[in-house]
Amino acid sequence: MILTQEETSMLEGRDGPAVQKSMQILSALGKIYGADRMVPVTSVQVAGVSYDNLGEAGLEFLSSMADGGGRARVLTTLNPAGMDVENWQAMGIPADFAHSQERVIEAFARMGVLTTCTCTPYLSGNTPGKGDHIAWAESSAVSFANSILGARTNREGGPSALAAALTGRTPAYGLHLDENRLPGVTVEVRTKLEGTYSFGALGYVIGKRIEREENRLVPFITGLNDPGLENLKSLCASIATYGGAALFHIYDVTPEAGQYPLPPEIWVVDQEDIDRAVEELSTPGQAEADFFSLGCPHLSINEVARIAELIRDKKVRGTFWITTSRPIKKLADQLGYTRIIEAAGATFATDTCCVVAPIKGRFRCLVTDSAKACYYAASKNRFETRFLPFDSVVREAVK
Amino acid sequence: MKVSGRIIYEGSAEGEVLVSRMGISFFGGIDPETGIVVEKGHELEGQCIAGKILVFPTGKGSTVGSYTLYRLKKNGLAPAAILNQECEPITSVGCIISEIPCLDHIPIQSIQAGMQGSIDGDTVIFMESIDG
Repeated sequence: MILTQEETSMLEGRDGPAVQKSMQILSALGKIYGADRMVPVTSVQVAGVSYDNLGEAGLEFLSSMADGGGRARVLTTLNPAGMDVENWQAMGIPADFAHSQERVIEAFARMGVLTTCTCTPYLSGNTPGKGDHIAWAESSAVSFANSILGARTNREGGPSALAAALTGRTPAYGLHLDENRLPGVTVEVRTKLEGTYSFGALGYVIGKRIEREENRLVPFITGLNDPGLENLKSLCASIATYGGAALFHIYDVTPEAGQYPLPPEIWVVDQEDIDRAVEELSTPGQAEADFFSLGCPHLSINEVARIAELIRDKKVRGTFWITTSRPIKKLADQLGYTRIIEAAGATFATDTCCVVAPIKGRFRCLVTDSAKACYYAASKNRFETRFLPFDSVVREAVK
Repeated sequence: MKVSGRIIYEGSAEGEVLVSRMGISFFGGIDPETGIVVEKGHELEGQCIAGKILVFPTGKGSTVGSYTLYRLKKNGLAPAAILNQECEPITSVGCIISEIPCLDHIPIQSIQAGMQGSIDGDTVIFMESIDG
């Protein structure tokens, strides 16, 4: 790999140990993937924020990078934390966890990272455009940035995204290169899909199919007209969770779709496939629901408004988490939605979500519209799951 | 026996070789408080990786695994070095942030458990264990 003079100086330690370590990480990744150069990035999304996943070692590493002079050189936002930063007591978070989590966020803040704590940076002002080279972690956001925005990023991990932020560079391989963005298979959707839940099920079907294939193919999906922001957000999260897919195209919808012909290989998805996925995402004979959650990925203001409309003057049974970003929550406060939702007994779990909060074993059965949340509820938190349409989750919660 | 590989993180190390023909997931697969492989059904299940020259084809699993390596290092339980057939981002990033020597493109089939290994730069020398 050829480094510029500037990049070589970073690697040699001119800008301090944090930048040096960052350039070592990026050089090694470039070497592994056969990159011939670095490419400047305009935007970064860093993951690995929840103390539940990081532990003391992760916190120590982040502190050492901040102490070592690391400062973000480009717009850098942060993934969700393990708790609502302002209101963690209401979520039942232990005080020692909260203090460790605060230290993690403080280390990022010292490095000039905007501590947005959301998995939907594209709804909070970190919204790159077509062709922009970026370095994002958070698989659902990576899929959204590549597919829906047409920006270019590989699936970064926490440290490699941070390294990109502190150097403003990422190695030029994978989805930064034109040839790796070409669609490899046409996915014909032959049924009408409605709502986040159906699009989550579609992501599950396509994702599982990608995993079964020997070669990883970029899907070119047909048959989806005017899917809308919320449905696309759900599809991105699901296809990334179940298929590791960082990029897909949708005919007549996504920005790069017009550049490519439809690939000759065809996978058909019909209503039967969707129905089977819906069935598989729920635990057979699940326990009585005691945990309801909407907002994986984080809710848009539209979705918060819908919850307020459905929940007004009702009473929630069990625990109901509304997970979204701080800016959307502030907007909900201003528009009066928060008051309506909280009066019904639901809890805003802002800055976090049911995937990254430390709630393993706390509940028996999660009810959600998110295919991604079903996966982590079962694997990480040992909950049973009930997978329902968005409106039905609210209706079940107030039944 | 002498082999050379590609440097992922440069350094020198010596130790007893521990070989796995299966991939290793650091997050969830190795207990960072003991250094013991805890993945159910793994061929190294129950063995401790601390101070070993750990040889396996490639890493797998969650990217949080890089931090598991860092935690092992802080606990004094990290492997002395890692040798892979093909290194991937979780292991490489983990080795760099934890300063664990790491080489890949190593012909791991010819390496036997119990050998003594010595790494310097891109070269590894293997000897039969003194105990025979």
